[in-house]
Amino acid sequence: MISQFENIKQLFQLEEITQQREGLILVTAPREQIVSFVTHLRDALNYKHLVILTAVDWIEKNQFQLSYILNNPFEKCDVIVRTFIDREEATMTSIHHLWEQAATYQRELREMFGIDFPGSPRVDKPFMLEGWDNIPPYRRDFDTKKYSEETYFPRPGRETNDPTEFMKKKLYPDEP
Amino acid sequence: MSKSELEKRTVIAPDGESFEVDPLKDYFCDARPKVHEPVLPIFEKFLNWARSESLWVLGFGTGCGAIEMRPLMTPRFDAYRFGIQWRPTPRQSSVFVISGYLSVKTLKRVIRSYEQMQNPKFVMALGSCTINGGMYWDSYNTINRLDHYLPVDVYVAGCMPRPEALLAGFDKLKHLIREGKGEGANLYAKNFDWYKGNQKKIIKDWDMPDYNW
Repeated sequence: MISQFENIKQLFQLEEITQQREGLILVTAPREQIVSFVTHLRDALNYKHLVILTAVDWIEKNQFQLSYILNNPFEKCDVIVRTFIDREEATMTSIHHLWEQAATYQRELREMFGIDFPGSPRVDKPFMLEGWDNIPPYRRDFDTKKYSEETYFPRPGRETNDPTEFMKKKLYPDEP
Repeated sequence: MSKSELEKRTVIAPDGESFEVDPLKDYFCDARPKVHEPVLPIFEKFLNWARSESLWVLGFGTGCGAIEMRPLMTPRFDAYRFGIQWRPTPRQSSVFVISGYLSVKTLKRVIRSYEQMQNPKFVMALGSCTINGGMYWDSYNTINRLDHYLPVDVYVAGCMPRPEALLAGFDKLKHLIREGKGEGANLYAKNFDWYKGNQKKIIKDWDMPDYNW
């Protein structure tokens, strides 16, 4: 399994090939190689099924991580292909020509993270948020609590507690 | 209905005649709602009794609470014995059960459906999400207080309320109607500008008539 990836390491400039558990491999690839690498996985190594395409916001490193999770239904194993793109100019090559359903994931990423996929069908149409005029809500610099308080008329009287402090006071009232 | 269907366009009839259609104007009436005062108190009392005994619920599930309405219809809880039944269109219904959290996208559809219902109409709000936002109180996409957007007659608290709680809520609503306190539609007409202002504050791409029925 993992040897398959060691063989093509040079070809696609792969990094950090790790076996997370049996049947799950994590690979990092540079963003220019993603489309050719994913095509190779699909056509040569039988990873036929795109499970999900999702993103993580690493605001500290000023990067978005895109994760392509692919499934091989014949050998019953998964691979997570990761790539890092710049947070400021967040654009990525579309893979909707490989899997049609990728267009929906890309539309969601465009709306929730603001990552653009030029050429993907209907990528600029609103997906869930209609008429959103703020920064994309899944970006970590978006303050969802503040936005909710300003927009949705919070009912007064709600008490909130810091979970750590609250449980400490409840379980160990004598300790300082 | 997609946005292109709402645009003004020329239609050619089967007999070859062409005419202009403006769906926002022609398919709906957008006159402002009016307050309906009772004509004769004793007659109104009789009407209220009749209304309370035939609550027709719009089959519109907005959130997770919609799942609680299915057991209500079926023999175990059997809401039909109280004169409560579910209708497929807003034109036939008198009760709108807001079942759980409301996202902004759903609220837009809820407002349109609510306005298309005939007077008198009542709103029942299920779950803590409609009262103060519930577990979604700090979400960017769900409303916190339903009574800022629609006049609410009965709240049923819980997360989620059981079908028994819903039945108790319907019972309460019946009592309110018989006492003549089910005045939600009149309240909506009276404070129309306030409700519209609140609705337009959160629905950013307002592409429907101000009032339609």
